[in-house]
Order: sequence, then C-alpha cells, then structure tokens
Amino acid sequence: MAYSFSTLIQKRGVLPGFSLTLGFSVLYLCLIVLIPLSATFLKAAPLGFQGFWDVITQPRVLASYRLTFGASLAAATINAFFGLLVAWVLVRYDFFGKKLIDALVDLPFALPTAVAGIALATLYSSKGWVGHLLAHYGIKIAYTPLGVVVALTFIGLPFVVRTIQPILEDFETELEEAAASLGANRWQTFSRVIFPALAPALLTGFALAFARAVGEYGSVIFIAGNIPMVSEITPLLIITKLEQYDYAGATALAVSMLVVSFTLLLTINALQRWAHLRKF
Amino acid sequence: MASTPISASARIQHRVRTEPFWVRMTLLIIAFAFLLGFLLLPLTVVFVQAFSKGWSVYIEALLEPNALLAARLTLLTALIAVPLNLVFGVAAAWSIAKFEFKGKSLLITLIDLPFSVSPVVSGLIYVLMFGLQGWLGPWLQAHDIKLIFAVPGIVLATLFVTFPFVARELIPLMQSQGTEEEEAALVLGASGWQIFWHVTLPNIRWGLLYGVILCNARAMGEFGAVSVVSGHIRGQTNTLPLHVEILYNEYNSAAAFAVASLLASLALVTLALKSFFEWHLKEDATLTETTS
Repeated sequence: MAYSFSTLIQKRGVLPGFSLTLGFSVLYLCLIVLIPLSATFLKAAPLGFQGFWDVITQPRVLASYRLTFGASLAAATINAFFGLLVAWVLVRYDFFGKKLIDALVDLPFALPTAVAGIALATLYSSKGWVGHLLAHYGIKIAYTPLGVVVALTFIGLPFVVRTIQPILEDFETELEEAAASLGANRWQTFSRVIFPALAPALLTGFALAFARAVGEYGSVIFIAGNIPMVSEITPLLIITKLEQYDYAGATALAVSMLVVSFTLLLTINALQRWAHLRKF
Repeated sequence: MASTPISASARIQHRVRTEPFWVRMTLLIIAFAFLLGFLLLPLTVVFVQAFSKGWSVYIEALLEPNALLAARLTLLTALIAVPLNLVFGVAAAWSIAKFEFKGKSLLITLIDLPFSVSPVVSGLIYVLMFGLQGWLGPWLQAHDIKLIFAVPGIVLATLFVTFPFVARELIPLMQSQGTEEEEAALVLGASGWQIFWHVTLPNIRWGLLYGVILCNARAMGEFGAVSVVSGHIRGQTNTLPLHVEILYNEYNSAAAFAVASLLASLALVTLALKSFFEWHLKEDATLTETTS
C-alpha cells in the first residue's frame, strides 16, 4: 500500500501545489479562451451549413479572402527571403551597430499595430519619403493591395529571422569545413549543406509569418484604402458587418477565420516538431 | 614562429567559412536596405511627424483631456490584464513543468491558441458572449450590467490577446530547470510557498520579467480586439491606440503622431528592457550549464 502510494507520487512529482495550479490554469483557460471561442461556433450553428456557405461565398467576401490570403502569402514569401538574409548577416558578419539592429528586428512585436499602420501609410503614400520616389516610376503602394503586402511584411518580419537565427548560431562549423575540403565552393556549401539544415526552421518561420498576417488588422487598415472588392481585408469586413448589425454574417466570417487559424496552428506545431527532430 | 601554423589554419578556416568580400558587402547592403524601408524609416516617420508642427502642438496633443483619459484607460487596462495573466502564467508553468499528467501537450497548445486568433475575432467572441445579441446579453441587460462598449469589455479583450505571453515564456524555462532544487528544499522542510519564493522565483525572475514586459507592450498597444468591443466613446472607452486612430482619421496628423510617438517610445523601452532581460537569461543558462 505504502509502496504503491509512493510510486504514484513519484510518477506525478513530489512537489506541492499540483491540483491548485492546474485547477486554476484550466479554469482560467476555460473562462477567458475556451468558452468564448466555443460560444462563437455555437452562435454560427443556427445559420446551418447552407446559410454559412451563402455568407462566405458572397463576391465581396471572396474578394476579401483572395486579398487576405494572397497578400499574406506574398508577405510571408518576402519575409522568408529577406528574413534568411537578415539572420545570415546578423549571425555571420560583424558590422557597426549590430546589437542595435538585432534588437530592432523585434520592433514589429513591440510597436502597437495602429502606430505601425499610420507610419507605413504616411511613409508609402505618394507624398511620403519612400512613396514619392516610387511614384516617379508609376508605382503606387498606399491605398492599393500592394500597401496591404507592405504592412503584412512589416508585422511578419521578426518571425523568420528569430526562427532561423538560433539554428544558424548552433550550426556545426565542421560540416562547412568538410564540404569545403571535399571541394565544394561557397555556393555549393550553402545550397547543399547549410540551406537543407535551415529549411525546417525557414518553413516554420514562413508559416508563423503567414498565420500572423492572415488575421492582422491594425497595421493594414490605414494603408489599404479599404475599397470593397479591391483592398478590403477579411478582418475589416467582419467589423463592417458588425457595424451594419449583421451579426450572423460577422459570426460566419469569424468562424471561417478561426478554422483557418486552428489549421495553421496545428501545421506550425507539426513543423516545429519536425524542425526539433531534425536538430538532433 | 610557433604561431604561424595556427594563424595559417585559422586563415584557411576563415576563408572556407566566409564569402568573398563583394558578396558580403552586397548581402549587407540588401539587408540594410530592407531593414531601412521596413523598420527604421517607419519608426523615424513617427517622431518626425509628431514634431512637424513644433513642440507646443506636440505637448498640447498629449495634454488634451481626451488624450489624458485615453492614457488613463490604457494604464488601467494593463494594470488589470498583466497581473492576472502573470498569475495564470506562473500557475500554468508550475503545473506543466513540475508535474507529469495526461493531456499536457494539449494544454500547452490550448494556451497558445489566442496568438493564432485574429485580433478582430478576439474582440468579436466577447461581443457574441456579452453583447446585446450575445448569449448572456439579455440577462446582463435585465440586470443593468454593461460589459461590451464599456471598460470591462476592453479589459476582457486585452486579457485574451495577452493570455499566452507569460506562460509561454515560463513553461520551457521551468521545464529546463527541472525539479531537483525544489525537491531539495522540500526535504529540508520548506512549505510550498517558501519553495516558490526562495527557490523557484529567483531562478525564473528574468524569464518572468521578459514575459511581463512583452505582455504589457501588447496590453497597452492592442488595437483590433479593443476596437471591436470599445464602442469608441471619447473620454470613456478610448484607449491610446484608438485615440491615435480617431485623430488620424480626422486628418489631425500632427496630434495623431504625437500620441503615436508616446506608444513608439513605449515600444523602444520594451525592446531595450527585453534585450537586457535576454542577456540575463543567457547568463543564467550558461551558469547552470557550467555548474551542473
């Protein structure tokens, strides 16, 4: 009896506070997160599948999906490329102000999205510092779908850099030396030895940036121009429907976004497990 | 003389592991151009625009009654949301890191859930719970309780979007530290609270502060979720980010950027503190590695 009790304790752990902390955590999780989320799904139920389908296939809604997912994909791709480059430069090269730049990479995490939104709109408008240069070449960014891509690139920037950086820092130098001693040139070493090792992290960073971009609101609405069918993102359309007291429509859109978010979350978890396995 | 072969091999190693000078320069320039356009210029534009009409306009925008009330609401929201999520984060990390139980990885995934939800949806779920059209709306109205388009709704939405920050910082940290020190304290007769205050807390303080500072930045800066539940009543349910939006949409650009510069400064302070805490975290990690 005493023996089985002690093995039970050992299995669980001997420290006090298990039921208190787990109980509180689960209760708080239910109250703040799980119940409100489930309530949203239940709220969409009376619509029925047909009603739900009718809402999410309205032309204006479909146009917003195309923009939201298209711009998020473009922004995540830009971030995958430049994020890899920035991580490489930060880990491998020495230059003046490196620590400062490294800390600044997290700015999109720390800067309120509304501030980022008005700053990017001002910077990339046809009168802005960058916008007026591009206007010479007939490129308009602010108040077009391109503006959405710019805002989403900004907010996704840290993800790829921060997932690649630790992998690159821990990368075994011997592997590169071995490749070089076997006659590989620098590009071959990078593309055949270094890049494959970074690929899982790069994909994770890409997925994280994409997932963040799909739901983003604050930084986008100032620069997008928000023209229905052209530059209106799905989160904004949810708010528009709410303001028109179309609660069923807003709920249906929210449910469609939630399904996408959860799918992305599971994909990212799987990617991270894969990246973790590849590391060892 | 003896140093020659070493430096020669170091030179070879260096040559093998780096790119030609022109490649390095090109990569650096491209990286800088990207960071300039997407990080440095947006940050600079905030401060330049804020002072574009001079100091007096700047100060006036910050001291205007509605701005002060918005600042007060922002502080109040953070003051409620951050401690609550801190307590949750510590409790969740304690149960997950110090004990074994079924469903642990599911719990970790669920804790991360709010990060994957769009801010707009994060606000909407509370409107569908407590708003007039929501599940509890009629009951709340009958009892004359107003949560949505009022301060409690703003606090709830902020709680949701900042929910994972402290927990996700502490869980891996406490898992990596194991339970040996706590068990030793237990054997020596310490109570649960004593163990936490004197053994665990000193070990996790930098990670805890790191989570708190990020949680606070998001709590004070949240826009989308708060925008849905706020109702935008000036002087009552306006936070600083919402105040920025109103000013900007009224074409009062200088005032909008003045208030925005305050939030941008908060972001810069957050980044500085974050780097500082990160440095301490690394110190602690190397210290544990060398002693164990």
